[in-house]
Amino acid sequence: MHIERRKALKAGAGMGFFSLLVAAGFVQPGVAWAEAYNEGAFKTKTLDETLKALGGTAAQASTDIVITAPDIAENGAVVPVTLVSRIPNTEQIALLVEKNPNMLAGAFYFLDGSMPEVNTRVKMGETSDIIAVVKADGKFYTARKEVKVTLGGCGG
Amino acid sequence: MGSPMRIRAQMKGDVAEVKVLMNHEMETGQRKDASGKVIPAHHITEVTAALNGKPTMKAMWGPAISKNPFLAFKLSGAKQGDKVSISWVDNKGDTRSDEAVIS
Repeated sequence: MHIERRKALKAGAGMGFFSLLVAAGFVQPGVAWAEAYNEGAFKTKTLDETLKALGGTAAQASTDIVITAPDIAENGAVVPVTLVSRIPNTEQIALLVEKNPNMLAGAFYFLDGSMPEVNTRVKMGETSDIIAVVKADGKFYTARKEVKVTLGGCGG
Repeated sequence: MGSPMRIRAQMKGDVAEVKVLMNHEMETGQRKDASGKVIPAHHITEVTAALNGKPTMKAMWGPAISKNPFLAFKLSGAKQGDKVSISWVDNKGDTRSDEAVIS
Protein backbone atom coordinates (compact mmCIF):
# COMPACT_ATOMS: atom_id res chain seq x y z
CA MET A 1 0.00 0.00 0.00
CA HIS A 2 1.05 3.58 -0.51
CA ILE A 3 1.10 4.36 3.17
CA GLU A 4 3.42 1.45 3.83
CA ARG A 5 5.65 2.63 1.04
CA ARG A 6 5.82 6.09 2.48
CA LYS A 7 6.84 4.67 5.82
CA ALA A 8 9.54 2.65 4.18
CA LEU A 9 10.83 5.81 2.54
CA LYS A 10 10.81 7.59 5.86
CA ALA A 11 12.71 4.76 7.47
CA GLY A 12 15.23 5.18 4.68
CA ALA A 13 15.46 8.89 5.37
CA GLY A 14 16.15 8.11 9.02
CA MET A 15 19.07 5.94 8.08
CA GLY A 16 20.38 8.79 5.98
CA PHE A 17 20.32 10.99 9.03
CA PHE A 18 22.38 8.49 10.94
CA SER A 19 25.06 8.39 8.25
CA LEU A 20 25.06 12.17 8.25
CA LEU A 21 25.74 12.10 11.96
CA VAL A 22 28.58 9.69 11.39
CA ALA A 23 29.95 11.94 8.67
CA ALA A 24 29.68 15.00 10.86
CA GLY A 25 31.51 13.20 13.65
CA PHE A 26 28.59 13.44 16.05
CA VAL A 27 28.41 9.70 16.27
CA GLN A 28 31.56 7.70 15.93
CA PRO A 29 31.33 4.71 13.66
CA GLY A 30 32.34 1.37 15.07
CA VAL A 31 29.73 1.62 17.78
CA ALA A 32 26.78 0.58 15.70
CA TRP A 33 23.32 0.75 17.19
CA ALA A 34 21.89 -2.69 17.48
CA GLU A 35 18.41 -1.43 16.77
CA ALA A 36 16.94 0.53 13.91
CA TYR A 37 13.69 2.41 14.36
CA ASN A 38 11.14 -0.28 15.01
CA GLU A 39 8.09 1.17 13.29
CA GLY A 40 6.04 -2.00 13.70
CA ALA A 41 6.43 -2.04 17.49
CA PHE A 42 4.62 1.29 17.67
CA LYS A 43 1.59 -0.09 15.83
CA THR A 44 0.80 -2.94 18.17
CA LYS A 45 -2.36 -3.06 20.22
CA THR A 46 -1.83 -5.87 22.71
CA LEU A 47 0.89 -6.63 25.24
CA ASP A 48 1.77 -9.92 23.54
CA GLU A 49 2.15 -8.25 20.15
CA THR A 50 4.27 -5.48 21.62
CA LEU A 51 6.53 -7.96 23.39
CA LYS A 52 6.94 -9.87 20.18
CA ALA A 53 7.76 -6.70 18.25
CA LEU A 54 10.42 -5.91 20.85
CA GLY A 55 11.91 -9.34 20.30
CA GLY A 56 10.61 -11.16 23.35
CA THR A 57 8.10 -13.91 23.95
CA ALA A 58 7.25 -14.04 27.63
CA ALA A 59 8.04 -11.46 30.28
CA GLN A 60 8.48 -12.33 33.90
CA ALA A 61 7.01 -10.02 36.54
CA SER A 62 9.78 -8.37 38.52
CA THR A 63 9.92 -6.25 41.64
CA ASP A 64 13.30 -4.88 40.58
CA ILE A 65 11.66 -2.47 38.17
CA VAL A 66 10.50 0.74 39.78
CA ILE A 67 7.82 2.80 38.06
CA THR A 68 7.26 6.26 39.46
CA ALA A 69 4.15 7.99 38.16
CA PRO A 70 1.30 9.88 39.79
CA ASP A 71 -1.63 7.82 41.14
CA ILE A 72 -3.97 10.37 39.65
CA ALA A 73 -3.02 12.48 36.63
CA GLU A 74 -5.18 15.53 36.09
CA ASN A 75 -3.92 16.09 32.59
CA GLY A 76 -3.50 12.99 30.47
CA ALA A 77 -1.50 14.94 27.90
CA VAL A 78 1.46 15.22 30.25
CA VAL A 79 1.99 12.35 32.66
CA PRO A 80 5.50 12.24 34.16
CA VAL A 81 6.91 8.73 34.37
CA THR A 82 10.23 7.53 35.77
CA LEU A 83 11.41 4.02 35.08
CA VAL A 84 14.31 2.49 36.96
CA SER A 85 15.60 -1.02 36.46
CA ARG A 86 17.68 -2.67 39.17
CA ILE A 87 18.11 -5.80 37.10
CA PRO A 88 21.79 -6.30 36.24
CA ASN A 89 22.78 -5.85 32.59
CA THR A 90 19.63 -3.98 31.62
CA GLU A 91 19.91 -3.18 27.93
CA GLN A 92 16.51 -1.82 27.19
CA ILE A 93 13.47 -0.40 28.94
CA ALA A 94 10.21 -0.04 27.05
CA LEU A 95 7.42 2.19 28.28
CA LEU A 96 3.89 1.04 27.50
CA VAL A 97 0.51 2.56 28.24
CA GLU A 98 -1.92 -0.33 28.24
CA LYS A 99 -5.07 1.45 27.08
CA ASN A 100 -3.60 3.87 24.56
CA PRO A 101 -4.55 3.20 20.91
CA ASN A 102 -1.03 1.84 20.44
CA MET A 103 0.58 0.51 23.56
CA LEU A 104 4.22 1.36 23.08
CA ALA A 105 5.12 4.95 23.96
CA GLY A 106 8.89 4.65 23.81
CA ALA A 107 11.83 2.31 24.12
CA PHE A 108 15.14 3.29 25.69
CA TYR A 109 18.44 1.58 24.99
CA PHE A 110 21.36 1.81 27.37
CA LEU A 111 24.94 1.51 26.23
CA ASP A 112 28.21 2.05 28.06
CA GLY A 113 27.98 4.82 30.56
CA SER A 114 24.25 5.29 30.80
CA MET A 115 22.33 4.01 33.77
CA PRO A 116 19.10 2.05 33.30
CA GLU A 117 16.99 4.90 34.49
CA VAL A 118 14.88 7.28 32.49
CA ASN A 119 12.36 10.02 33.13
CA THR A 120 9.97 11.37 30.51
CA ARG A 121 6.38 12.48 29.99
CA VAL A 122 3.70 10.55 28.13
CA LYS A 123 0.18 11.06 26.87
CA MET A 124 -2.57 8.86 28.26
CA GLY A 125 -5.98 8.62 26.65
CA GLU A 126 -7.70 7.25 29.75
CA THR A 127 -7.07 5.61 33.10
CA SER A 128 -4.67 2.78 32.43
CA ASP A 129 -1.76 0.74 33.65
CA ILE A 130 1.70 1.89 32.74
CA ILE A 131 3.81 -1.13 31.90
CA ALA A 132 7.57 -1.27 31.90
CA VAL A 133 9.25 -4.01 29.91
CA VAL A 134 12.92 -4.52 30.68
CA LYS A 135 15.33 -6.55 28.62
CA ALA A 136 18.36 -7.78 30.53
CA ASP A 137 20.74 -10.54 29.43
CA GLY A 138 18.32 -11.41 26.65
CA LYS A 139 15.44 -12.02 29.06
CA PHE A 140 12.34 -9.91 29.50
CA TYR A 141 10.91 -8.63 32.76
CA THR A 142 7.87 -6.51 33.40
CA ALA A 143 6.14 -4.37 36.02
CA ARG A 144 3.04 -2.23 35.99
CA LYS A 145 1.41 0.65 37.82
CA GLU A 146 -2.04 2.14 37.43
CA VAL A 147 -2.50 5.85 36.72
CA LYS A 148 -5.97 7.34 36.93
CA VAL A 149 -6.55 10.01 34.32
CA THR A 150 -9.22 12.63 34.85
CA LEU A 151 -8.75 14.36 31.48
CA GLY A 152 -7.57 12.32 28.49
CA GLY A 153 -4.66 13.49 26.40
CA CYS A 154 -5.15 11.71 23.12
CA GLY A 155 -8.19 13.16 21.44
CA GLY A 156 -9.43 16.49 20.26
CA MET B 1 15.90 22.15 11.26
CA GLY B 2 13.93 21.96 14.46
CA SER B 3 13.96 24.48 17.27
CA PRO B 4 16.79 24.37 19.77
CA MET B 5 16.71 22.02 22.75
CA ARG B 6 17.46 22.99 26.27
CA ILE B 7 20.01 20.66 27.79
CA ARG B 8 21.20 20.71 31.35
CA ALA B 9 23.91 18.37 32.49
CA GLN B 10 25.08 18.40 36.06
CA MET B 11 27.22 16.19 38.26
CA LYS B 12 25.32 14.80 41.25
CA GLY B 13 27.93 12.94 43.23
CA ASP B 14 29.73 10.72 40.73
CA VAL B 15 26.76 10.51 38.38
CA ALA B 16 25.90 13.04 35.70
CA GLU B 17 22.26 13.96 35.46
CA VAL B 18 21.17 15.08 32.00
CA LYS B 19 17.86 16.82 31.46
CA VAL B 20 16.64 17.66 27.98
CA LEU B 21 13.67 19.71 26.91
CA MET B 22 12.93 19.41 23.21
CA ASN B 23 10.72 21.59 21.12
CA HIS B 24 8.35 19.47 19.09
CA GLU B 25 4.64 19.27 18.29
CA MET B 26 4.46 15.47 18.80
CA GLU B 27 1.22 15.24 16.81
CA THR B 28 -0.32 11.81 17.32
CA GLY B 29 -2.10 11.34 14.02
CA GLN B 30 -5.27 10.57 15.99
CA ARG B 31 -6.62 14.09 16.29
CA LYS B 32 -8.92 15.82 13.84
CA ASP B 33 -8.99 19.48 12.89
CA ALA B 34 -12.10 21.69 12.86
CA SER B 35 -13.17 20.39 9.45
CA GLY B 36 -12.93 16.78 10.58
CA LYS B 37 -9.74 15.97 8.72
CA VAL B 38 -7.18 13.85 10.52
CA ILE B 39 -4.09 15.85 11.44
CA PRO B 40 -1.17 13.74 10.20
CA ALA B 41 1.23 12.34 12.76
CA HIS B 42 4.38 14.36 13.29
CA HIS B 43 6.58 13.18 16.09
CA ILE B 44 10.17 12.48 17.08
CA THR B 45 11.10 8.90 16.31
CA GLU B 46 14.66 8.64 17.54
CA VAL B 47 16.76 10.39 20.13
CA THR B 48 20.43 9.65 20.58
CA ALA B 49 22.71 10.86 23.33
CA ALA B 50 26.48 10.83 23.13
CA LEU B 51 29.12 11.50 25.77
CA ASN B 52 32.26 13.07 24.27
CA GLY B 53 31.14 11.85 20.86
CA LYS B 54 30.54 8.27 21.97
CA PRO B 55 26.92 7.03 21.88
CA THR B 56 25.62 6.27 25.33
CA MET B 57 21.82 6.19 25.18
CA LYS B 58 19.23 5.92 22.51
CA ALA B 59 15.46 6.21 22.58
CA MET B 60 12.81 5.28 20.06
CA TRP B 61 9.59 7.14 20.43
CA GLY B 62 6.07 6.81 19.21
CA PRO B 63 3.51 9.63 19.19
CA ALA B 64 2.49 8.94 22.81
CA ILE B 65 5.40 10.96 24.18
CA SER B 66 4.09 14.36 25.31
CA LYS B 67 4.35 17.54 23.28
CA ASN B 68 7.65 19.37 23.79
CA PRO B 69 9.24 16.21 25.15
CA PHE B 70 11.17 16.07 28.37
CA LEU B 71 13.82 13.44 28.85
CA ALA B 72 16.11 12.88 31.81
CA PHE B 73 18.73 10.19 32.18
CA LYS B 74 21.91 9.49 34.12
CA LEU B 75 25.45 8.81 33.05
CA SER B 76 28.01 7.05 35.16
CA GLY B 77 31.64 7.55 34.30
CA ALA B 78 31.17 11.14 33.21
CA LYS B 79 32.99 14.10 34.72
CA GLN B 80 32.80 17.86 34.79
CA GLY B 81 33.68 19.43 31.47
CA ASP B 82 32.57 16.39 29.44
CA LYS B 83 30.40 17.08 26.45
CA VAL B 84 26.90 15.65 26.12
CA SER B 85 25.31 15.87 22.70
CA ILE B 86 21.70 15.07 21.93
CA SER B 87 20.21 14.55 18.48
CA TRP B 88 16.73 13.73 17.39
CA VAL B 89 15.07 12.86 14.11
CA ASP B 90 11.33 12.98 13.48
CA ASN B 91 9.04 11.03 11.16
CA LYS B 92 9.30 13.74 8.50
CA GLY B 93 13.07 13.56 8.47
CA ASP B 94 13.59 16.82 10.35
CA THR B 95 16.54 16.76 12.74
CA ARG B 96 18.15 18.75 15.48
CA SER B 97 21.39 18.37 17.42
CA ASP B 98 22.52 20.33 20.43
CA GLU B 99 25.19 19.87 23.04
CA ALA B 100 26.01 20.90 26.57
CA VAL B 101 28.99 20.72 28.87
CA ILE B 102 28.59 18.90 32.18
CA SER B 103 28.86 21.30 35.09
